[in-house]
Amino acid sequence: MTTANMNNPISGAKESNRFHWFKYAAPNNFYDLAGRLIPWVTVIAVLLTIVGMYIGFFVAPTDFQQGDAYRIIFLHVPAAWMSMFIYMVMAFWAALGLAFNTRMSSMMASALAPTGAMFTFLALWTGALWGRPTWGAWWVWDARLTSELILLFLYIGFMALQASIDDVRRADKAGALIALVGVINVPIIYFSVQWWNTLHQGSSINMKSAPTMAKTMLLGMLIMALAFWAYTIAITLYRARCIVLEREQQSDWVKAAGEKL
Amino acid sequence: MMYWNTWSDFFAMGGYALYVWGSIIVVAGFMVAEIILVRLRRKTVLRQIAAIGAPRTRRST
Repeated sequence: MTTANMNNPISGAKESNRFHWFKYAAPNNFYDLAGRLIPWVTVIAVLLTIVGMYIGFFVAPTDFQQGDAYRIIFLHVPAAWMSMFIYMVMAFWAALGLAFNTRMSSMMASALAPTGAMFTFLALWTGALWGRPTWGAWWVWDARLTSELILLFLYIGFMALQASIDDVRRADKAGALIALVGVINVPIIYFSVQWWNTLHQGSSINMKSAPTMAKTMLLGMLIMALAFWAYTIAITLYRARCIVLEREQQSDWVKAAGEKL
Repeated sequence: MMYWNTWSDFFAMGGYALYVWGSIIVVAGFMVAEIILVRLRRKTVLRQIAAIGAPRTRRST
């Protein structure tokens, strides 16, 4: 038996170039891959943030209706997009973990939750700071804001439930149920501005028509969205590596790696 | 490329300084805090691993 086979706990099968994806379902392989990816993704996140903020604050013009208050958009919209998108990805990994009992999938779901909760809070926070000067209110109970608040509670519920169950595999399964039930809230948030009369404005960009904003504004917003993506990938991989180590402390590959972790 | 006439114009944000900078500072603060927390988490688990690993490697040699 070769060392490659011994390092692969999911199967004793021969190492083959064909099973790339399943290879990284093994926590030790994931751990190595993530460790190699994180520096690159971090550099991309930093560069995109610099470019995006520069365009947003030095190139994009003042809005003729909202003045400079609109510049909150460069953080608000990307944060709100991430809050919804991370939830979908989290639910996807949780479902995979539930269906196929793959440990790494569940660990990815757990790694995503805190960052998703953070972006949800930041979407609400920047929204409040934007709502005050434009609507005259920090908060209103309209459909968009309320459903986004529910999203924050779903994230908190997922994390609290997982933290309250000692057996990690059972915690994964319970968390997956919350994550899957809560998925219904994501389209509700997204379409809330169409389905109900909301104080919150409709989407500035959609699939059907041309964007209703200046090109530089749109560019700054999209680059900031990509920056938040890269940030999320980097921090999630980093946290997933921590979770792998926490759960696999007793395993042979962790002991063998020792100082090289 | 500079859009603002003076730096004080930039910091004033057309009278919306509280809202714009209040957003940026909190977003940046949360991200920095998250990075610090996740690094602490890694340090903690590495210390745990070192604590359980050390005696065993000594025994095996």
